[in-house]
Amino acid sequence: MHIAIIGNGISGITAARFIRKLSDHKITVISAETDYFFSRTAIMYAYMGHMRKEDLKPYEDWFWKKNRIDLKRGFVSKIDSQNKSLIFKDNSNMTYDKLIIACGSTPNKFGWPGQDLDRVQGMYSMQDLDGMEEASKDLKHAVIVGGGLIGIEMAEMFHSRHIPTTFLVREKLYWNMVLPEAESKMVSRHIIESGINLQLETELKEIIDDGTGKACAAITNKGERIDCQFVGLTAGVHPNIGFIKESAPEIEVGRGILVNEQLETSVKDIYAIGDCAQLRNPNEGRRPIEAVWYTGKMMGETVAYTVCGQPQNYNPSIWFNSAKFVDIEYQVYGTVLAKAPEDHVSIYWEHPEGRKSIRIVYDKNTSEILGFNLMGVRYRHEVCEKWLKEKASVETVLQNLGIANFDPEFYKEYEEEVVKIYNKQTGKNLQLKQKRSLTAALKFLRNAVGV
Amino acid sequence: MHIIQKIGLGIFVIALALFTLSLGMGKYQLSADSIDISKEYHKKEILEKAKANGLLDKRYESNFTFISDLKKTLKDAQQSLEEKAKNGIPEGVYEWDFRMGNTKDYMFGVVKSASVGPIAQNPMRWFMLTFGLGILGGLLYILPKFISLPGIKNNGIYHNSLTRGLQFNIRSIFLGLTIAGTIIYGIFYMNHNLLWPAITTAMVGLISWLVFFRQGSKENNPQRSASPDITGWLGVLTGVYLIGFYILLYWMPEYITSWVLMVNPLSLSLSGNGASQWFLYGTLYTIIVLVMGIRMMSKYRHNMYQVVRTCSVMFFQTAIAFLLPEILVRLNQPYYDFKNIWPLNYSFFFDYNLDTLTSSGSLGLFMLVWGLALMIIGVPLFTYFFGKRWYCSWVCGCGGLAETMGDPYRQLSDKSLRAWKYERYIIHGVLLFAVVMTLMVLYTYFTGNYQVLIFNSDSVRTWYGFLIGSAFAGVVGTGFYPLMGNRTWCRFGCPLAGYIGLVQRFKSRFRITTNGNQCISCGNCSTYCEMGIDVRAYAQKGQDIVRSSCVGCGVCSAVCPRGVLRLENSSIDVDTRTDALRALHIKDGEVTLMQ
Repeated sequence: MHIAIIGNGISGITAARFIRKLSDHKITVISAETDYFFSRTAIMYAYMGHMRKEDLKPYEDWFWKKNRIDLKRGFVSKIDSQNKSLIFKDNSNMTYDKLIIACGSTPNKFGWPGQDLDRVQGMYSMQDLDGMEEASKDLKHAVIVGGGLIGIEMAEMFHSRHIPTTFLVREKLYWNMVLPEAESKMVSRHIIESGINLQLETELKEIIDDGTGKACAAITNKGERIDCQFVGLTAGVHPNIGFIKESAPEIEVGRGILVNEQLETSVKDIYAIGDCAQLRNPNEGRRPIEAVWYTGKMMGETVAYTVCGQPQNYNPSIWFNSAKFVDIEYQVYGTVLAKAPEDHVSIYWEHPEGRKSIRIVYDKNTSEILGFNLMGVRYRHEVCEKWLKEKASVETVLQNLGIANFDPEFYKEYEEEVVKIYNKQTGKNLQLKQKRSLTAALKFLRNAVGV
Repeated sequence: MHIIQKIGLGIFVIALALFTLSLGMGKYQLSADSIDISKEYHKKEILEKAKANGLLDKRYESNFTFISDLKKTLKDAQQSLEEKAKNGIPEGVYEWDFRMGNTKDYMFGVVKSASVGPIAQNPMRWFMLTFGLGILGGLLYILPKFISLPGIKNNGIYHNSLTRGLQFNIRSIFLGLTIAGTIIYGIFYMNHNLLWPAITTAMVGLISWLVFFRQGSKENNPQRSASPDITGWLGVLTGVYLIGFYILLYWMPEYITSWVLMVNPLSLSLSGNGASQWFLYGTLYTIIVLVMGIRMMSKYRHNMYQVVRTCSVMFFQTAIAFLLPEILVRLNQPYYDFKNIWPLNYSFFFDYNLDTLTSSGSLGLFMLVWGLALMIIGVPLFTYFFGKRWYCSWVCGCGGLAETMGDPYRQLSDKSLRAWKYERYIIHGVLLFAVVMTLMVLYTYFTGNYQVLIFNSDSVRTWYGFLIGSAFAGVVGTGFYPLMGNRTWCRFGCPLAGYIGLVQRFKSRFRITTNGNQCISCGNCSTYCEMGIDVRAYAQKGQDIVRSSCVGCGVCSAVCPRGVLRLENSSIDVDTRTDALRALHIKDGEVTLMQ
């Protein structure tokens, strides 16, 4: 059987790797972007000079041949699902028995005048990295539009090269539709103290052409003109399904390619995973499109089982994510909402220096633990996940909170402060029983119930 | 760059230039009063020949002409002594002692004592102009870094000519030249005895063959070994300077007497003796560890593990490796570095060391027992509890230099699978060589018999000292910092690291834990692993990292942008540390931790 995979990002590659683990099928991974798989999340480090481009590749080049995963560079212009054939831009074709579409996202553009000018771009692909590199040569000022995770990365990138950067964010605070207010304030503060010109409640209205097709200024909704030689568009992404709509209308799409629990599209033997897939029936509390690294990885693994004859339902389990806002690391486990409903109660501790915080959310009525939000503090994924799955009570969690701590040795532990805040909020007198310890964490993880 | 940093850099460059130029500033005049040779019959002969050759009391403006004339004089004296030995030797003198075995032994001392230039006249002034200004410039450059926000600051490392490394082909040329140069020089070093250079060449060939053909690494083009297209020439220049320094230090110390004179007052005040080239080396080493240690702390000051660890290496280098042995000498006790362990300290079982320790009273015996206990009990015990890091990145001097001066170059280690294969053959090969060499030396010590099978134990130990002790640990070990990363010696060569690594791999509580599924495969951990471990390969599949080479520097954990890695110890799963895959995996329609 020949399995073709469109897209060599984390989803497609994970699928290929697991298909190889499970079977001897012929595998071809097709990409128009690069010859080899690279870590998209690490593009910024290549620009900032932390790493070389080749360090972005998680596997050495010989890995693919050794594992009999064929790599093909090419752009699929048409999917002929009737004859199970792919037609490439150069008119060559390739037949498949099963097809996995993992073609990722593309940056959002909202019809701004000038959005298609030269030196106006998002940051998603290797080509975008090259574009930024090229534009940086005589760059005196950059404007970034959109207050999400890519926007702040782009700002950090330019900042690392001492290029003055204006960061336009539509909301009142940075990323406040995801982060609770205190954390959102912390990050906004940190962006400013890092030397990036953060302009809140400001939107892009227009990008001005310098007469040669290049951007030369951005006009904001406040009427301000910011002279710049680069405009970064980072107002989110959407599934990259333009070519599907045109070339394979029989594949049902919504905002993304619609898939069932087993990640099958409306056409037999065609599957979609990763950023481009839209789940018809997502799990409760989860969105139909989740364009993050981890879900792409899990979908890749799920689809591998399915195409290898061991059908699996996609079940992403407890939500988790992470990011880094300039120097502040961020981790989240479970449900931590920006606008918490009344029955979600927070225990929130923040370091006096304002670059570390711990938030623990629990249900007011049942005392069940709901989520962890960490800024500048590291927590153990598996421990948090186990508590969340078991719906542990907040008091059990608090008394044993040390086992969740994953900060390096000699780091100060703040779990006692968190317990104190809980005591203050509830008038109880809870004590922290367990400090940071791998042994205690392993014991907890190995026992089926309790600590 | 801050203005103070620019000034600091300027001062440092001036200091470095003065330091380098000072080598050509020596003036030399050999006089009967100043010549520093204790054996009267040698002194008399050398002075006679010096007079005959017109060397005595002649003022030389250049060290090259002085050294070449002195060489001739020493040769003449040696020949003359050979002649005289035939006609009988003075009462109470051994014949081998009377005949001047190696003229090189006198070269450094005579040149140093004949120095009359500006540095000899005013060593303190020159010490301040070079070492002093260097420290000042360095600190001015480093201290403003404490002003910036704490956090990982690796910006521009690969844009910087000093730290970006070099192209694979150029690196291959450097490696090839270094190996060939070492072996060719080795032939002269061993007085044209070809046996050991030939065996070494055969071993180089054997290891290459094993890696390329037996291990099938030939097609595995190691594209991640070095830069694809650009070479940082400032880094190459630095590497060449360092290599030059080590060649002079080990094999031509007579050319660096200007430097040695600068630290003479310091040596006199510490041990009461004049400085040797080794005292110069120790002083430089300690100063660099201290100044660059402060830099390390400025860079990682948000990370307590790095701060505590850096303080530790600074303390052990300054107090235990540098000051304590000098003080011991002042107190008429044996020179002893309490943290140096066989087989890194390969001369521990040499006859002269054993004789010194056994004839120096109870302190000497304590040193002997201490050294044995560290090696037999200390290493396995501490490694079991804390991993290899207790020594390699907290205590060791080589590690101390690598973690301070070497930190800017840690990203240059080769992460390819091929390099790992080389590593395993070479480091365990060196360990085996150290064991065999030591056994031969001990056999000779106890039986008095120098011939072990077809080998002469004296030549084995000479060759080990030359090839491993000097060429590998020194010239390659430090000279290759800007070329192949700061742990080239520790990773590929150090026999003690090989020994501790075996303990860490098979019986230790230490591991680097991967945090569930949080890895985004960005590769910062692998890039900044000085031991060339592809950390990401483990982290992205959710496997904890247990590798014999890991020195536990903790930088992978520090540079991880997602909080994925943690160095830690636990006793409950010592034998199954690598079994669990912590990443979320799909199994039977449910997301579980894969068993």
